Amino acid sequence: MGFVTTRSLARDYDVIVVGSGAGGGQTAYTLALEGVKVLMLEAGRNYDFRTETPMFQTNADAPLRGAGTPDKPFGFYDATVDGGWQVPGEPYTQASTDPQQRFDWWRSRMLGGRTNHWGRISLRNGPYDFKPHSRDGLGFDWPIGYDDLAPYYDKVEMLVGIYGSNEGLENTPDSPEGCLLPAPAMRVGERLIKKHAATLGVPVVPIHRAVLTKKLDDARIPALLHPGNPRAQGLVAQAMRDRAACFWATPCGRGCSIGATYQSPAVHLPPAVASGNLDVLCDAMVYEVTTASGKASGVRFVDRKTGKHIKAKARAVVLAASACESVRILLNSKPGGLANASGKLGRYIMDTVGSDLSGQVPGLEALPPHNEDGAGGGHAYSPWWLYQQQGRDWHKKLGFPRGYHIEISTGRRMPTSGTGAGLEWLTQGSYGARFKQDVRRLYGSFVHFAGRGEMIPNEQSWCEIDPTVKDRFGIPVLRFHWQWAEHETRQAAHMQKTFADIITAMGGRVQDGGPELDGAKAIAPGGSIIHEVGGAIMGADARNSVTNGWGQTWDVPNLFLSDGAPFASNADKNPTLTIMALAWRQADHIVERMRKKEL
Amino acid sequence: MDRRQTLQWMLAASAAMGVEVSAGATPAVRKGKGYGTDPQLTTTYRSGKLWPLTFTADQARAAQALCGLIIPADEYSPSAAQLKVHLFIDEWISAPYPDQLKDKDVIVAGLGWLDAESRLRFGKRFAELDVTAQSQIADDICWVQKAKPERAAAARFFKRFRDLTAGGFYTTPEGSKDLGFVGNVPSVTFDGPPLKVLQIVGVA
Repeated sequence: MGFVTTRSLARDYDVIVVGSGAGGGQTAYTLALEGVKVLMLEAGRNYDFRTETPMFQTNADAPLRGAGTPDKPFGFYDATVDGGWQVPGEPYTQASTDPQQRFDWWRSRMLGGRTNHWGRISLRNGPYDFKPHSRDGLGFDWPIGYDDLAPYYDKVEMLVGIYGSNEGLENTPDSPEGCLLPAPAMRVGERLIKKHAATLGVPVVPIHRAVLTKKLDDARIPALLHPGNPRAQGLVAQAMRDRAACFWATPCGRGCSIGATYQSPAVHLPPAVASGNLDVLCDAMVYEVTTASGKASGVRFVDRKTGKHIKAKARAVVLAASACESVRILLNSKPGGLANASGKLGRYIMDTVGSDLSGQVPGLEALPPHNEDGAGGGHAYSPWWLYQQQGRDWHKKLGFPRGYHIEISTGRRMPTSGTGAGLEWLTQGSYGARFKQDVRRLYGSFVHFAGRGEMIPNEQSWCEIDPTVKDRFGIPVLRFHWQWAEHETRQAAHMQKTFADIITAMGGRVQDGGPELDGAKAIAPGGSIIHEVGGAIMGADARNSVTNGWGQTWDVPNLFLSDGAPFASNADKNPTLTIMALAWRQADHIVERMRKKEL
Repeated sequence: MDRRQTLQWMLAASAAMGVEVSAGATPAVRKGKGYGTDPQLTTTYRSGKLWPLTFTADQARAAQALCGLIIPADEYSPSAAQLKVHLFIDEWISAPYPDQLKDKDVIVAGLGWLDAESRLRFGKRFAELDVTAQSQIADDICWVQKAKPERAAAARFFKRFRDLTAGGFYTTPEGSKDLGFVGNVPSVTFDGPPLKVLQIVGVA
């Protein structure tokens, strides 16, 4: 067991897990530690975070001083391998040429998937977030509630390590004692924002991120995660000892060679592989779930190295290839789509509403040099604060039904190819000695606000198989349809106004050209926040949903989805933590069903 | 690995960072192609390693002189000309990516305009002018909003060139130090801003 080749594949497994990111990683972890024989198939190459991560490299070492390019859209040092907005040889298409109807799809082809580069922001959905339709009549309720998932949020937080604090705020759940790691001290810009945002009624509190601000307690936590399973406890304790705490340098988006952030290959895979119950096969591009007598019998995949088509068999199949990729596999598995009796497969693709604004604050100019690297990302955010202006009467109050949180960036960050650029609006075009003084004074005085809000699923945002286009393996590709509603564009305009108000309250100047109060222009393109969920939503009724509350497809009882595809709504909270909590809960359910011989 | 071991290991790695990794680890120069979607991230890249450069000798001289005019030496740091930031700008405009290809047209045309304007006004190339003469030309194009319509293209060139000079300069160790960037070093704790900083900003 461990990392295998197509030659050393076993004949049969209990469960095949497609994908190695947050959903696949968590599923494989839980199953393998409970003794289930698992084959994980990853479409990308193997990836060793311990040796491949560019720790401490400065942009002076990189091509183009680290600037993003179509090959590496988030910058040279971003952890993504063979991915980005395009994957070579693996296109996707748009149903419309209208830029407003575009969907951008970020993928990666590497062990651990997008968990290697993600922002690490780890927020629990709150009770309202599972029952949005009950609250305002829009979208769909989930068939499960916060109480169903809370114990799994606890477990995931303890396993992966999340820093943050409990603030007792509405629909922003506190974690039980012992779940969270200490929040890092706020930076000076974050404190100044907190002070002035408070005058506008906007709270600023410690954000929750998957970074170890101290080492995980390997003596206490494993027994809480795996009661009655001493072997699992020992393996998890060892994996915890192998991860170091953050040493407060190197942006997390590069990945982390010391294992101080959550990446599936640093957290989920080591104990699962060590259990002897997990085989991992990389470069295995799954394109079909095979069936026999109405049940899933395994999958077919292309070996990317040889181009060979290979079949693997198992008693159950879990798709965690990313919401849209899992949908693609099901649509390609059978004419009309496998597990699609409802006709809802591919429907209700959601992303997060995104809109950003920057400002410059004279009060932060020319500060004494000090190290603001911190935990390699934000230390503070604003949870949504206007729940009382929502609900049934939202149209009489805010004018849009769902909320957003604000991610804050400030500080004296490592210089990039953009440092000192675009300053004419502040310097009147200085050059020479004056320009040098200007850049020195302005460095560290910028603040950036990123609104991240809830999108309501709609009938115009969905994907299907493109009738003609195929990828380089001959597999039909996805074609996207997209449309924001006024629910979202009005929210984006509200973000812009809020950010401008905060910047002004701080005595700052809004970046040249802002704020953009036309929501249709202020909103980021669909998909671009990379919170792709939906496409196989869960529900209480098989007639209008693809899976039940366990992520188990209604039509094929041994076929499960454990990525973002079953999300019935997309709260403003970043989806990764919820994907992991759902996956753990689903895996427990699979183990129980297998023990009862029901699977 | 415990924290102490980790820090020791990372400090050693960080100290070794200035050393260029053997050429074998770096892809050969490829024309028309970028570095691909899976480049080696832990090596050091220098201008001209990944794709052929563009500047002629005259363009390079003009570019270096303009770098020096935009970011001259002072008591805090050397000039962008001394740090050869023009080599970075050459690397930038030579890259086979859409944004950089756009910049290539702007920068090459702009450098040509700069030498032509210098000859017209002073009978010499830009690099041969003294700072006073160079500044007379720059003053006319340093702010897009204030440039005369016939110099609009030259002003857009200057804006783009200044941005690239700044990015190239402030990413060097000397430029980072000039800004007072003191991060990118491992530490056992993160204590937040010093009290003095909090007092200045009024959030102590």
